[in-house]
Amino acid sequence: MTMDVTAMTFLMLVLPFVAALVAPPLTRALAQNAAWPLALAPAAIFIYFARYIPAVSNGDVIQGGFAWVPQFDVTYSWIIDGLSLTFLLLISGIGTLIVIYSGGYLKGHPQQGRFLSFLLMFMGAMLGIVVSDSFLMLFIYWELTSITSFLLIGFDHKREASRRAALQALVVTGGGGLFLLAGLLLIWHVTGISSLSALLASGDMMRESPYYLAALILVLGGAFTKSAQFPFHFWLPNAMEAPTPVSAFLHSATMVKAGVFLIMRLNPVFGDTGVWETVLPVFGGLTLLIGTFIGLRQTDLKLTLAYTTVASLGLLVMMTGFGAEGAVEAAVLYLIAHSLFKGSLFMVAGGVDHEAGTRDVTRLSGLGKFMPITFAAAMLAALSMGGLPPFVGFLAKEEIYYALAHGDTWDIVFTVVAIAGNAMMFALAFGVALRPFIGEPCVVPGPHHAHSSEHEEDTAAGSDHGDKSHTVHEAPLMLWLGPVVLAVAGVLAGIFSGTFHTLFSSPMSSAIVGAPVTLEISAIPHISLPFLLSIITVAIGIVMYLAADRLRTLADNTLTAIGWGPDKGFDQFMRGVVRLSHRVTLTLQPGKLEIYVTLSFVFVAAILLVPMTVYGEWPDMPAWPSMMFHEVMIFAIAIIGLFAVALAKGRLTAIVSLGIQGFAVAVIFMLYGAPDLSFTQFMVETLSVVILALVMTRLNLQPTDHRPAVHRIMDASIGAACGLGFGAMLLKSTQVPFNTMLTEFFNAYSKVIAHGHNVVNVIIVDFRATDTLGEIAVVVVTGLAILALIRIRVPSAKPPLKDNPAEAAPETQ
Amino acid sequence: MEAVFAVVVGIFFAFAIYLMLSKHTIRILLGVAIMGNAVNLLLFASGRITKEVPPIIPPAGDILGAGAANPLPQALILTAIVISFSFFAFLLVLAYRAYQDLNTDNTDEMRLAEPEDQPLPPLGY
Amino acid sequence: MNTLIFRTMAPYLTALMVLFSVFVLLRGHNMPGGGFIGGLIAASAFAIQGIAGGVAAVRRALWFHPMAISAAGLFFAGFAGLMSIPFEVPFMTALWVFPKFFGTEVALSTPLLFDIGVYLVVTGSITSIALALEEREDL
Repeated sequence: MTMDVTAMTFLMLVLPFVAALVAPPLTRALAQNAAWPLALAPAAIFIYFARYIPAVSNGDVIQGGFAWVPQFDVTYSWIIDGLSLTFLLLISGIGTLIVIYSGGYLKGHPQQGRFLSFLLMFMGAMLGIVVSDSFLMLFIYWELTSITSFLLIGFDHKREASRRAALQALVVTGGGGLFLLAGLLLIWHVTGISSLSALLASGDMMRESPYYLAALILVLGGAFTKSAQFPFHFWLPNAMEAPTPVSAFLHSATMVKAGVFLIMRLNPVFGDTGVWETVLPVFGGLTLLIGTFIGLRQTDLKLTLAYTTVASLGLLVMMTGFGAEGAVEAAVLYLIAHSLFKGSLFMVAGGVDHEAGTRDVTRLSGLGKFMPITFAAAMLAALSMGGLPPFVGFLAKEEIYYALAHGDTWDIVFTVVAIAGNAMMFALAFGVALRPFIGEPCVVPGPHHAHSSEHEEDTAAGSDHGDKSHTVHEAPLMLWLGPVVLAVAGVLAGIFSGTFHTLFSSPMSSAIVGAPVTLEISAIPHISLPFLLSIITVAIGIVMYLAADRLRTLADNTLTAIGWGPDKGFDQFMRGVVRLSHRVTLTLQPGKLEIYVTLSFVFVAAILLVPMTVYGEWPDMPAWPSMMFHEVMIFAIAIIGLFAVALAKGRLTAIVSLGIQGFAVAVIFMLYGAPDLSFTQFMVETLSVVILALVMTRLNLQPTDHRPAVHRIMDASIGAACGLGFGAMLLKSTQVPFNTMLTEFFNAYSKVIAHGHNVVNVIIVDFRATDTLGEIAVVVVTGLAILALIRIRVPSAKPPLKDNPAEAAPETQ
Repeated sequence: MEAVFAVVVGIFFAFAIYLMLSKHTIRILLGVAIMGNAVNLLLFASGRITKEVPPIIPPAGDILGAGAANPLPQALILTAIVISFSFFAFLLVLAYRAYQDLNTDNTDEMRLAEPEDQPLPPLGY
Repeated sequence: MNTLIFRTMAPYLTALMVLFSVFVLLRGHNMPGGGFIGGLIAASAFAIQGIAGGVAAVRRALWFHPMAISAAGLFFAGFAGLMSIPFEVPFMTALWVFPKFFGTEVALSTPLLFDIGVYLVVTGSITSIALALEEREDL
């Protein structure tokens, strides 16, 4: 039974990747309708994990998995508690809707299959993050989301803006991933723990470690980049270059929440310290204010939503780290609410864009008459975002103010920040969801199939060219299903808050706090301080909504006055990297072989000599053996041969001298008990001399030296240093005891087992035959390579083309 | 005896590297050939030196006598000699073909793969 | 180099060297020698004949392309390793048989086949290199 559960869960985690594999062929066969069968994959995952709800809401933690690299204590294992389950359901549930939505949104796009494939891959990666127990698994899935996000943002890769946004997202989030890796490895090193579940059970171990701060900064580096916290927020609005389903799914509902997820996951281990409760609220609060403020400036529906997403992420980080009673619960409620209303609003913006042909809020009005369903979904989502009862957004806002409003200065500052941020978000929400739909019907460019314009525009919009006052139609089912379902879910969660808390928010909060927590807040307004703050927020929000145009000018002027931002900084950084790498490459690789060789040997000499000097491992002065006359002579001949090669003036002298030292080496082998080597060396030297002579007679090469004296002295000293190093190393290694284990083995068994008297040959063809097989394969390959080199003619040697002698002639000269 | 070998090996390496630091392919080749011998002698000497008794089991015995040479480095060197020869031949032909096509044996002038004035790569996206 | 004496002597020298190379190959397991040395001797023999009597003649006499010989050698060597499959022992395990031919015991083994493979590889590759370099018109 356990085995079955493990296998089933694994299957569910792999299912998105399988679906990604079949997406392209399926799309080729069914066109946009392929989205329906493909949506079954996330739907199945949703249903599978929904069965865990009762157990998890009882406080159970489901763990499973199997060993991956047992030697290094690396496992493929998962942990399903309230936190990961809520995320699992959000990802797979919204994923289902997004896949369907993509079917309609990219209808007729030639690369729709690829798009769906990327999207499903991303979903698999995201599911992996939230269930991961093992550190390495978490990191791998974490980076996988960065990569799939890169592919999705750069989906429309023919536009430079897309490419830039994709690269930016990859650099920021992928770089942050490396911080995370470093942080996880540090935790692993400090605690010896390699899985989250064990870490969560370790209590104060991490908080008391001297490496706490370092680990915290590294992990937050990963979380802040992923969740677009200031000053890394700039990549997220740029990521809106991606098709709208991507923006709705990755860049609001799921991926960007991975950072928040990580912070929540580590809260029981890292939280409850002064640093934690300062860093997170400050950065979160800053992000909230900056995000909403820049958002005021935008006229593009998607960009407006993107900045509110940045702001919401800031709010989430702020609440998670605030530390007051109810703060975590507020973050949980707001996270769920945000996923629901923001996913819905993004899909609405995409639907409007798809039908009206523009996302510019200043050009849109009166669409409500033509797109009633979309309008309704947008309003429901905006009411939730604005924090009005009985929506789930209201619960979140109440809880936020409940947690913040306590009275000391710190709390008051953040209460004000939250009110300001929420009010601006309120204004922006209705700017997106209300403004385009009310008022006089406007003149719009007409429906376009956003990303297939060059293929379909003519047929789809052809009839509208003559008639400027074209009417907009309701979006098709595929486009309104998602927003409606999510918006309605937001209402239901608010109305049935008791069930909602039991099933989702309480278990999730408990997992984050690390102790059982029960939420009770309901959607029925009751007079209290939080409720008053909510009313103030809404009032300010309404004022801001009405003054939207003036605020836009204000924000615009302010930001223009500031001028420089991290976004520009990114460009400067990337250019700097390219310039720097160019310069480094030119310095390190000037294209001169001589410099490469010189550097290599300088380092060889250093590696040999420096350690011996530093650690005092120079060999002892050896006792010189008494040598026979012929021994002295043969060594002398070898060295004379070397001198002759180096000093040779003509090529023949050089060849002959090379032969002399080679034959001398052959004799040395003979004298010291190696007849096999001696014969081989003789044959090889003979052949070397022959082929050298064959080649050199055909070349007018002068082997004499052309180097200036200074150069020669430098080269000679490098050579001498290396020679000294190798000689000393050899001497030292022969002065330590010799391990004869292998030699004794070969000596003892080559006759008895391998039936051979010549031990050298037995080693080559029997004991180490597989090795020899590889070596003779190398000989064959060099033979082939030489043959190819000799036979291949380069193009410049070709005779000029007969057809066009006039053009070909200059090239051959 | 190892001490003498150490000195000789050092001299072999010094000459090989001195030749390899030249600009001219043919001298580099000569250096590579000497380097092969230097490495082989290094291996040979690290297995300890014995005089004149090859590692061959006498017909009467079953195991190799105590005074015989160490067979293991010999087996390694034997294949190394042949492989370094085939690579030497390859380098020789390569140098020859480079001379034919580029008309030079000076490595400074062989700049086909890494041209002198490489432009800055594009700074856009 | 192409003197009359050399040209006259070369075929005999070549024949003797090839014969010697086979001898060195076969005795290699018990005395100094073996596939590498034998192969080098044979390759030198063909190189000498190539200088003396022309490359074309050597190529004709060899019948196979030298690289084909080399490839066959690699095949034999690999096959010698794979012979262990039917006996269910690890790759390259030596297998020996001692059949009697005309009353004399002959030791046949996979290491012998392997050594013959080495011999053919070295002979083929190095002959190929030498002959290719000797072909003036081809360069």
